Amino acid sequence: MPFVPHTEAEIQAMLKTIGVDSIEQLFDEIPDALRAEGLKDVPEALNEMQVRRLMQDRAQQDARNLCFAGGGAYEHHIPAAVWEITTRGEFYSAYTPYQAEASQGTLQLLYEYQTMMTSLNGMDVSNASLYDGASALAEAVLMAVRANRKSKSKRILVPNTVHPVYRQVAHNIVKGQGITLESINYDATTGIINPADLPDEPGDICALVIPQPNYFGALEDVDALTDWAHQHNALAIAVVNPMSLALLKPPGQWGTDTDKPGADIACGEGQPLGAPLSSGGPYFGFMCCRQAYVRQMPGRIIGRTIDMDGKSGYSLTLQAREQHIRRSKATSNICTNQGLLVTAATIFMSLLGPQGLKRVAQQSHVNTNSLITALEHVPGVTKLFQRAHFHEAVFQFDLPVEDVMQALSERGIVGGVMLEEEYPELKNCLLVCATETKTAEDIQSFQETLMTISKELQATRRSEQPRTA
Amino acid sequence: MLIFEQSQSERVNYSQAPLDEAVIDDIPKELLRKDNALLPEVSEMQTVRHYTRLSQKNFSIDTQFYPLGSCTMKYNPRACNSLAMLPGFLNRHPLSPDNMSQGFLSCMHELQEMLKDVTGMKAVSLAPMAGAQGEFAGVAMIRAYHDAKGDDGRTEILVPDAAHGTNPATATMCNFKVKEIPTNADGDVDIEALKAAVGPQTAGIMLTNPSTLGVFERKIKEIADIIHKAGGLLYYDGANLNAILGKVKPGDMGFDVIHMNLHKTFSTPHGGGGPGAGPVGVSERLEAFLPVPMVVKSENEYHVVTEKSRSQSIGRLSTFMGNAGVLLRAYIYARLLGREGMHRVAEFSTLNANYMMVKLIAAGFDAAFPNRRATHEFIITLKRQAKDLNVTAMDFAKRLLDYGFHAPTTYFPLLVPECLLIEPTETEDMETLDNFIDAMVAIQKESEQDADKVKGAPYTLPVRRLDDVKAAKELDLAWQAETN
Repeated sequence: MPFVPHTEAEIQAMLKTIGVDSIEQLFDEIPDALRAEGLKDVPEALNEMQVRRLMQDRAQQDARNLCFAGGGAYEHHIPAAVWEITTRGEFYSAYTPYQAEASQGTLQLLYEYQTMMTSLNGMDVSNASLYDGASALAEAVLMAVRANRKSKSKRILVPNTVHPVYRQVAHNIVKGQGITLESINYDATTGIINPADLPDEPGDICALVIPQPNYFGALEDVDALTDWAHQHNALAIAVVNPMSLALLKPPGQWGTDTDKPGADIACGEGQPLGAPLSSGGPYFGFMCCRQAYVRQMPGRIIGRTIDMDGKSGYSLTLQAREQHIRRSKATSNICTNQGLLVTAATIFMSLLGPQGLKRVAQQSHVNTNSLITALEHVPGVTKLFQRAHFHEAVFQFDLPVEDVMQALSERGIVGGVMLEEEYPELKNCLLVCATETKTAEDIQSFQETLMTISKELQATRRSEQPRTA
Repeated sequence: MLIFEQSQSERVNYSQAPLDEAVIDDIPKELLRKDNALLPEVSEMQTVRHYTRLSQKNFSIDTQFYPLGSCTMKYNPRACNSLAMLPGFLNRHPLSPDNMSQGFLSCMHELQEMLKDVTGMKAVSLAPMAGAQGEFAGVAMIRAYHDAKGDDGRTEILVPDAAHGTNPATATMCNFKVKEIPTNADGDVDIEALKAAVGPQTAGIMLTNPSTLGVFERKIKEIADIIHKAGGLLYYDGANLNAILGKVKPGDMGFDVIHMNLHKTFSTPHGGGGPGAGPVGVSERLEAFLPVPMVVKSENEYHVVTEKSRSQSIGRLSTFMGNAGVLLRAYIYARLLGREGMHRVAEFSTLNANYMMVKLIAAGFDAAFPNRRATHEFIITLKRQAKDLNVTAMDFAKRLLDYGFHAPTTYFPLLVPECLLIEPTETEDMETLDNFIDAMVAIQKESEQDADKVKGAPYTLPVRRLDDVKAAKELDLAWQAETN
């Protein structure tokens, strides 16, 4: 049987030791009425060779693909060493480091990860990861409600330039606890929140969420937004792309008020740091905060300490916050997080270093500029939002964008992310992205394909018009 | 040594970054970073060597027997990893249109169908990213169900005192009050206490069966009737599904909602603490509330469905489709096992656990429930050793590391004093189990002869016991260049 090593002789010896005649007898405490007749919808076993063939065929079906979509998941080059080491059995098949002495490899790596993330974000402390970007925002909102002692309200301001699915997920997770997420509209010309549009007397606000870059790829006026939050005794929750932080001002330095510098909590999606696109997961969420709030932070935290002989070592710390100790009073129900992805991210950041990471961020920005120039030359395509961006931009088509996307997909191109469903005012709009992985030829090919499609669709339209007229 | 301590300023890995620095002149200065992040500046070889060496400081399934109770540390077949990492799967953007995603979506749909069969449930959503998120989805559906009926007086969730800590923490997240139900001496839920606790305020109960005590809850039908009669729903914590795969289906036991830990039963890697995957299955009455996205099949094409077509859904719990790569690994594992293989999982994990329990009892150890069958795991209590020899479960656990075994789960469940929760899984052979038992016997002997030796363990690992109090008091959570 697959992955069961027992020989018949061993089975008989074990049964004899137990004092039963058959394995079946070991299930005699289960009431007969409950016993299942077996599985019917699980197919017969395949051996590894057969499964390999099956999976290769399936993977091949999805393989032809030139991707200009971002929207929270970004294609970056991942050095070969990252997953070669990450999938070593000692990392891959270990569990949560409860036995610290037998887990120093994972624990030291997590401590190094925490160091890298605090520095990248300009914050004091980092946890050892959450599930993904969206759920990290949900946890940040819950944390803000616990941490902001000056606010009695459970009102969180969330601009609608925050990733729409992050907003939905945060709402789904926090609504049970009476927390309300209140929207703020973006400025139609810039695609960012205009600080002047924020209310002068907002009342008691617990926190303001500040995305950088925002969902449209545009750069928010983070200093003014952070100042506004602090002026109204609200915490500033940064939602950032960690790759962009090699280039952009880190959340810990946001704001102009020298007494209250920076965001209070920073969180986001860790995927750009070494996780493949992989249909949306597994990725990892990250979270950093100010030292003062560390006891309100959810998730595992690793600390450096010493052993009985005074030797330096690492262990899970501040466990009194967690569900396995505090049960119904824990800071979160999170248990398993995304350790393996953090392993990959740590190795990724180590391989790229500060210079490498900065060059990737810069090149992604420059390539997106080339993409913008290329698309601006396609007739019937207009760039929206006059504002500096990181590596995404919004374009409006004078054709139904679903048809454009369909035609692109038939030519093996994922053209971007359609925005109209989440933003009804952005009719026929597409969010596009070009990371450092895109070559000039890729961008040219996208441009030419769009021109061809555009012509074809216009022609079809003209030929259909007499009938509809 | 930390990676940062091997760093040399301006060392760059030229093959891992774009060749040149680009000039950025279209972003306002006040939005740009001025300093460099404190990332190591090391060569590719230094990185590879450093993290390879770190990995060697870990115990893992691939290197040691890892009988960590309630965690199901079975062998993770290598094919599950290498096939889930085929380029076609890795490079698929989560928002790729369905017509470019039929390979991936067909795997997800087939996995949904298999999990329906395994659990005896009407429908399955693969969305939750871990067991605790599956629990959240389950309890949120229970809330949505009562809300949809306008039944807003149901404010309490019942949880047996043996439950995982995530159960009460989850109930709190969904704004329920938690009421604990005691366990009787045989390890079953105290039925009289349960009857006294239920009422019109009961939203539901969260149960694990087999329970965390390593025994099958025999009165499960009676419990289901009591809860259903009171108008509540039954939540199944699938942490221990390994013990009953193909033998009993939670749907047949009367459960309304279940989450499965695919990183346990379906052998996806634990990864040093995740990623997991916690799909949820539901009975008919909860089907409309399942989290999205889900995959449906129509006329041989697979499609992703979202809240647009499922308006009563509790909604999304992740940015895209949950831990898709973990789901792929579980799918591959299920295809390798096949129908018969799944039956064998429950049989041989149960055989291994009972064999170990009987042999440990024969060697003089105390089982917490000696008159019960073990399921896929069982509990040894070292209360006697703690009292007579001053050697605790923690001491045994640490000494086992010196013998080359990962420790069992210690001090959980909370209601058995000085407990070791031992789960061998089906993938271990008899010789390994015997070696572990020999180590336990040897540690017992050491405890009688020289307790201090056991209390000072481990001796052979990279570090000895760590000062956790110092770790929590003098927080050192990130390396600082200037203080080192």
